[in-house]
Amino acid sequence: MRARVLIRPKAGILDPQGGAVERALPALGFAGVDNVHVGRLIELDVEDPSQLDSMCERLLANPLVEDYEVQLLDGASA
Amino acid sequence: MGDAELIWHGDRDLRDADAIVVPGGFSYGDYLRAGAIARFAPAMESVVEFARDGGLVLGICNGFQVLCEARLLPGALLPNVNLRFTSRQVQLDVVQRDTPFTCACAEHSSPSLSIPAKHSWGRYHADESTLDELERHGQVVLRYAPGANFNGSLRDIAGVSNEAGNVFGLMPHPEHAVDELTGGSTDGLTIFQSMRLTVEGARV
Repeated sequence: MRARVLIRPKAGILDPQGGAVERALPALGFAGVDNVHVGRLIELDVEDPSQLDSMCERLLANPLVEDYEVQLLDGASA
Repeated sequence: MGDAELIWHGDRDLRDADAIVVPGGFSYGDYLRAGAIARFAPAMESVVEFARDGGLVLGICNGFQVLCEARLLPGALLPNVNLRFTSRQVQLDVVQRDTPFTCACAEHSSPSLSIPAKHSWGRYHADESTLDELERHGQVVLRYAPGANFNGSLRDIAGVSNEAGNVFGLMPHPEHAVDELTGGSTDGLTIFQSMRLTVEGARV
């Protein structure tokens, strides 16, 4: 099963990467951009998708500072 | 207390160490997050056990990140607020002078330590209630002096201990401040002298 894990900085935690992107966009002429946050995307094939939460808690994310979201993708290829 | 011995990350045998230092540098490329993979190294299983039994464990820079990832210390280290690797001499206020890692400060002439810091992931973070608890239990051991908090650490925290007080981590490098010629000061010695006093005191 192909899975996708989205990892984001927890709400309220200072995100200087997001801030840098947010400041860069208007400089390129893109107006009206707000609340930019930068996270990580991990894609993986897993035999047992029920282990994904545990993988996130123990390694893929740091639950103290990051939220994660697991998406299961249809089909063998993604 | 004898000489320092290096313990390979793949080894579980801590060879009857009096104290453990998890050093700085980089570990497993620091892919994912700094220290996230190193915390699962076989040596770390023994370090966790050693800490649970009350042994002194010092984590420096990447070692601090590893101890946080291993949950031996509260909180997490995030990318510096300036998003840059930054290397500079920093002034640290010693908030707690009666810990196993700072007890030699009582004899130290200066109320603060001048120690180099060099990292890109040094912004200490914990949620508000954890920070309050740390302050209440005297676990905030070192703070960046006013103006020295370049990485954006919450409440200027530079070094924290666990609740029992036997595990301590800090981002700056005390081992780099042990010789006037290269370290800018010898203030870092205070940390190691404190550990030595503690270990030798416990043995008497």
